[in-house]
Amino acid sequence: MTMGETFPTPDLSHLTAEDYEHVYEPAEDTFLLMDALEKDADFLRSIAPSFCLEVGCGSGAVITFLGSILGSRPHYLCTDLNPRAAQCAAMTGKQNNVYVQPVLTDLASALLPRLQNKVDVMIFNPPYVVTPTEEVGSRGIEASWAGGVKGREVMDRFFPLVPKLLSEKGAFYLVTIEQNDVEEIGSKMRTFGFTMDKIMSRKAGPEKLTILRFCPCKRTM
Amino acid sequence: MHRATSTGQRLYFRVAKNVGCMLLSFRTTMRLLTHNMLTSHVKGVTNGYPLKLQAENIKVMSVDFNPEFVARMIPKLEWQALVQAAESIGHLGDLPRELVPEYESNEEFLKMAHHVLMEVEVIEGNLECPETGRKFPIKNGIPNMLLNEDEV
Repeated sequence: MTMGETFPTPDLSHLTAEDYEHVYEPAEDTFLLMDALEKDADFLRSIAPSFCLEVGCGSGAVITFLGSILGSRPHYLCTDLNPRAAQCAAMTGKQNNVYVQPVLTDLASALLPRLQNKVDVMIFNPPYVVTPTEEVGSRGIEASWAGGVKGREVMDRFFPLVPKLLSEKGAFYLVTIEQNDVEEIGSKMRTFGFTMDKIMSRKAGPEKLTILRFCPCKRTM
Repeated sequence: MHRATSTGQRLYFRVAKNVGCMLLSFRTTMRLLTHNMLTSHVKGVTNGYPLKLQAENIKVMSVDFNPEFVARMIPKLEWQALVQAAESIGHLGDLPRELVPEYESNEEFLKMAHHVLMEVEVIEGNLECPETGRKFPIKNGIPNMLLNEDEV
């Protein structure tokens, strides 16, 4: 196997301490997701995407990074509940010469039904931390981590949307930790018609992170 | 291959934090391609598409023309919604109201479509639900489609 191409971490120097009081600051999970996308660069390019979508974009570092892999052709959409995050994401795109279009909406709500089966690359770094259910569902920075029971409450709400959004050649990347029960996620997504691959894992402090990739079953990799 | 497990990257962020206050120099925009993909889901609405576009501040940019990308994008669009949006903000130009046959090889047509989809950008305005009249604001190029609790 040859060494893959590498891509620079997006320039985030436009974001301030005040931004990070309201918006999740890129951390180990963010960087592992970037590493996974970088590892899959050839595969992602082979899809020749028209639409890329990041759900819960936060600072916009990841969708911008995807833009540095795939270039200016695809339309990069991202969503967040947090207006400050959406603004940061648009700026991060601009700072790195990638046109990123944020939309303030819950998950991908406002983009359906129009984006139905049109998303070629989809990314979700969900709130995966195990917390009490009451902590789920704010519109502030807590929404970036609070995942409720098993850390699954938000991602479980998103899974049924994956078959609606993803195109038949598409791929969906998800950040998880061990407590989310990766095997159970796999069998759940299989019922929706997707195969699961573990692309990368890393231990970061107390978290054992894994990046999962889902593709429609009929697709041959 | 590790992308900054900790100190190096963190340090970089700490330094960056002192820069501050660059917000005003960034003006971000919404393309009509995005408008084409948005639907109102206010409770009880059966047809929340297309949203009526009202723009208070428009910017025309120059974006590299890629005929192959535009040709691949066109079948994914609601053409009438695009025409309506462009017309409502006075930027329809010579764009045909109906898709022309064999547009894939019609460079002149693809250029006009490219201009309307990618180069006419809205900075401030509103998106109005065609059924309820609920206005979703566009601020600094970001459409706010969030619903209030009583609208879900």
